[in-house]
Amino acid sequence: MSLINPGFGLIIWMTIALLIVLFILKKYAWKPIMNALKEREDSIEESLRAADRAKEEMKELKLDNEKLLREAKDERDAILREARKIKDKLIEEAKEKAGIEAGNIVENAKVRIQNEKKAALVEIKNTIATYSIEIAEKVLREELKDKKRQEEYIRTLLKETSLN
Amino acid sequence: MSDKSGVKRTVYHLGLLILISFFLSGNIAAQHHADDPVISTEDQQKMEEADFQAGEMIVEHISDSYDWHIINFGDTHISIPLPVILYDEGQWHVFMSSNFHHGHDVYKGYFISHKDMNAGKIVKLDGDGQEIRPTLDISITKNVVAIFLSSLLLIVIFVSVARSYDKRRDHAPKGLQSFLEPIIIFVRDDIAKASIGEKRYEKYLPFLLTIFFFILINNILGIIPIFPGGANVTGNIGVTGVLAAFTFIITTFSGNKNYWTHIINAPGVPWWLKIPVPLMPIVELMGVFTKPFVLMVRLFANITAGHIIILGFISLIFIFGEMSAGLGYGVSVISVGFSIFMDFLELLVAFIQAYVFTLLSALYFGMATEEAHH
Repeated sequence: MSLINPGFGLIIWMTIALLIVLFILKKYAWKPIMNALKEREDSIEESLRAADRAKEEMKELKLDNEKLLREAKDERDAILREARKIKDKLIEEAKEKAGIEAGNIVENAKVRIQNEKKAALVEIKNTIATYSIEIAEKVLREELKDKKRQEEYIRTLLKETSLN
Repeated sequence: MSDKSGVKRTVYHLGLLILISFFLSGNIAAQHHADDPVISTEDQQKMEEADFQAGEMIVEHISDSYDWHIINFGDTHISIPLPVILYDEGQWHVFMSSNFHHGHDVYKGYFISHKDMNAGKIVKLDGDGQEIRPTLDISITKNVVAIFLSSLLLIVIFVSVARSYDKRRDHAPKGLQSFLEPIIIFVRDDIAKASIGEKRYEKYLPFLLTIFFFILINNILGIIPIFPGGANVTGNIGVTGVLAAFTFIITTFSGNKNYWTHIINAPGVPWWLKIPVPLMPIVELMGVFTKPFVLMVRLFANITAGHIIILGFISLIFIFGEMSAGLGYGVSVISVGFSIFMDFLELLVAFIQAYVFTLLSALYFGMATEEAHH
């Protein structure tokens, strides 16, 4: 069949045409197209990677911020705690001081009261003694007014003495 | 190969068979031909001239020719004459194909054959009255012109696309560029890279891209029925043969040690398959040649078959039309419907065959350059 009997001329021209097309396309089409495609793919890849990096950085920044905030909060809390402690301490101290002061005052007052009391007692004693002597003097004077009674009294006294 | 009249008769009978199965009325014509098997050649010749010959018409349409036939108005042929270049008996003959007057005339002793293997080709008669081909026939035939046109088209398209890549560096593709880019990337990533490997594919990529688009553009132009389409370039065994030969040459020259070792002394094959009768090496060596041969035949057969089917459907209109005009018009509706369906199928085949040819070429390159791995 003529269909499977290729023309020699056609083969020659086909080979020449294909070689020329191959050469021209390789040099002026495929090379620039492939380079451009590669370049674009690279740039897309690069951009994507940059975006990823930016995201990562953003995340880090956020983390940093959070950390800072947390630290600030912690510090505030610490300061507050410290302040409270100091306040408590101050109050405690003041209380203590006041207590001591009060104690001292009471003590002093006690001592003074004691002294006053002693003084008062001494005075009372003295007064009583004076009164007693006066009374005794008056009693004695009254008792020893007559002779008989004097004698009698002396005798009792003597008796008591001799018994001893 | 049977002689041409036999083939023609087979085609004719086949057409009639379809005819009978569709319409019983076709029986009479078939009876006439089948009941009288011993028809003299002259009678047949007369009949052929009178009747519409589907087989002849189809073969004529899918074959290469010396002029580019465009249309017939009654008996007026409108065609583009093409240069005939012959080298015979030590001298060059260059003239226009219009001198043959559409294959009817003899010019300088040369004429267009209508017989056997040389049908449609320029021949002359030798002393014994046998048709012989001139020593060298490098005429610019219809297919050659189609190849030049499609090559030019390819160059214009892709150089302009390349320029737009240069102009719009690092930008999204636009227009034709955005239509072709996915295809280029497909060839690069899914054909070249996948078959040859990340490391070596770049060397083969220009060739793969070129044959892919060359086959694709010629397949598509082949579906278009009028000039500048209509030439059956990729359905010509010479063209597919050249394409396959390129693949074969590149494969053979890029074959590494591992590739040849696998052919001559395939590892993992029992020794008695190699010595004393080198059975495996012979089979492997045959494989080296059958691979490009199959490439050639596959593309040729696929495209040619598609064209034959479409032309067959169109022929049905005229076969029926000869019986009665009404029948012809009636059948034309069905025929055109089927032809449209076939056209879409051929469009699909155009892409598939370009893909298959390129993919298999890439696979062969991949096999030739594969490194040993055990």
